Amino acid sequence: MAQMTMIQAITDALATELRNDENVLVFGEDVGNNGGVFRATENLQKEFGVDRVFDTPLAESAIGGLANGLSYKGFRPVAEIQFFGFVFEVFDQVAGQVARTRYRSGNTRNMPVVFRAPFGGGVHTPEMHADSLEGLMAQTPGLKVVIPSTPYDAKGLLISAIRDNDPVVFLEHMKLYRSFREDVPEGEYTIPLGKANIRREGTDITLIAYGAMVQESLKAADELEKEGISAEVIDLRTVSPIDTDTLVASIEKTNHVVVIQEAQKQAGVAAHVIAEINDRAILSLDAPVGRVTAADSVFPFAQAETAWLPNKTDIYNKAKEILSF
Amino acid sequence: MATKQKQLIVDVKKQFAAIAKQFEPIQVLNEKGEVVNPQYMPDLSDEKMVELMERMVWTRVLDQRSTALNKQGRLGFYAPTAGQEASQLGTQFALEQEDFILPGYRDIPQIIMHGLPLAKAFLFSRGHFAGNQYPKDLNIISPQIIIGAQYVQTAGVALGIQKRGEKSVAITYTGDGGSSQGDFYEGINFASAFKSPAIFVIQNNGFAISVPRELQTAAPTLAQKAVAAGVPGVVVDGMDPLAVYAVTREARDRAVNGEGPTVIETLTYRFGPHTLAGDDPTRYRTKEMDEAWALKDPLVRYRLFLESKNLWSAEQEEAVIERAKEEIKAALKEADAIPKQKVTDLLNNMFETPTQNVAEQIAYYTEKESK
Repeated sequence: MAQMTMIQAITDALATELRNDENVLVFGEDVGNNGGVFRATENLQKEFGVDRVFDTPLAESAIGGLANGLSYKGFRPVAEIQFFGFVFEVFDQVAGQVARTRYRSGNTRNMPVVFRAPFGGGVHTPEMHADSLEGLMAQTPGLKVVIPSTPYDAKGLLISAIRDNDPVVFLEHMKLYRSFREDVPEGEYTIPLGKANIRREGTDITLIAYGAMVQESLKAADELEKEGISAEVIDLRTVSPIDTDTLVASIEKTNHVVVIQEAQKQAGVAAHVIAEINDRAILSLDAPVGRVTAADSVFPFAQAETAWLPNKTDIYNKAKEILSF
Repeated sequence: MATKQKQLIVDVKKQFAAIAKQFEPIQVLNEKGEVVNPQYMPDLSDEKMVELMERMVWTRVLDQRSTALNKQGRLGFYAPTAGQEASQLGTQFALEQEDFILPGYRDIPQIIMHGLPLAKAFLFSRGHFAGNQYPKDLNIISPQIIIGAQYVQTAGVALGIQKRGEKSVAITYTGDGGSSQGDFYEGINFASAFKSPAIFVIQNNGFAISVPRELQTAAPTLAQKAVAAGVPGVVVDGMDPLAVYAVTREARDRAVNGEGPTVIETLTYRFGPHTLAGDDPTRYRTKEMDEAWALKDPLVRYRLFLESKNLWSAEQEEAVIERAKEEIKAALKEADAIPKQKVTDLLNNMFETPTQNVAEQIAYYTEKESK
């Protein structure tokens, strides 16, 4: 065991898989000698060489094209998009190409690609760095979308993502990169994709969240506990596909639920989660499903982040509202 | 006071003249089938020269029959190829089996010649996944619909070839319109930066659907766009099979010798419409233009050339035509026999292991399909 930040756990996962499988390649803008703009690939080029860990020209679409073409030659590409706001440049290669290859080829070709990218608000980044665009990816058949919220999950999920023989979009919240440390096992371990995690058990209300909103939900749960309200906090971990079994089991116990996301109301995956709950657990609900999201504006100018981003107070208030329905 | 003549910083005329000189079209055979540049004559045996002619005739028949079959509703999506035989087959003829082709939607003849069974090409046209199911050792992907995407993917395949230490190339095709895409530039530039073994072919047939090539760019050639990537570019008479073969073979040699990619612009023409989905070329092409290009027909000049060497006869040509018709008939029959697609087939082709939602839907549609 070692105490690691999420960024260290990610580096550790990449090193583990570079060591395990010579077909794993790590590439992107500044991921080589520089070790990545967040140091996620620190020292990897030094250890594994420039053939395995390398910089590319500054063009996201061709980074996606490289991942695609390298897969045809039997490699397992782990491509980095420097900030997920830049995904629009490579949308065709991710959603129009890589995600469709197994299907298009009638299951004769596959793309074991991971697209890693940081995202998320709260650190005053410039425009188009922090946007939560996981909803766009979750709407694309052929992709899995993973968003860890802890160092332990980040390592186990990233190893699973790299070993998956189908494409995975792996989104890393910038605010969580170094915000806390926890024990992370040495060596390899995996966490299954598509499985949620109960972060805190409770009996009165279910709080479903992912990314930075998991921490906010845990803080809200602490506040609720002071008033004798027992909140169960579920971290989705994979936002596509959704682990509905874990959600339904919790809701059957608590009969109240709030879905929380950092993305705008019209974006993210909350609406899909709510639809699944309505399909599968409506008779267990004592109140409508609550939802905490950001406002339907463009991601805020840096100085407006605090006012705009959802937080523990929004979650606390929404939980109280649902419980008093 | 006399005005002083100001010295121009950029002498545009001089700059452009110097560029133009570098991109003169390469020709081996003229329209009469005469060898005009023996120094570029490729090293091909008589048998190979005849084989190339057979492929061109076969492909012309395939185009005629595909057009007819489309009109009868026996084929679906089809992009005519007549006129482009030298460009398509001359480039492919310069490849080896281990080379990897990333075709556009009009580039079916190349992948058939590389080993794609004709029945599969027909299934692709109709819209059946079985048309895209290839054995792993067939180095092609299914025709790319997103114009330019095949260029960035080629940079990836070529880098993969390089990392595997293989002596082969990745070749890809786009049209004149496609050279305006961002992916076009990114693809050639990535292959340049990694010095990867790639050949980028621009088949310039003068039109992107109805938009003339002059509206794509003010650049006088498309091959000169290679300069932006710092790689060699060459313009070739795309109606001349020997010239097309020669420049492609040279590009291949450069690539497998570790000297990086090449951009080839073939000057060609499609005698038919853009696709058979309602395009009407009389809206944007004149009869005079069609007639002028008909004189450049690659089959005509290559036939004259081979006849002058006593390598080709009307009987030989008739035999190829008959063989093509028979093979097309047999392939259609094969395509007709493929089972209809079910939703469960489509769902099963999504992931190695179905995700929760896909697994639930497979169960639902299995039930539905059993009724």
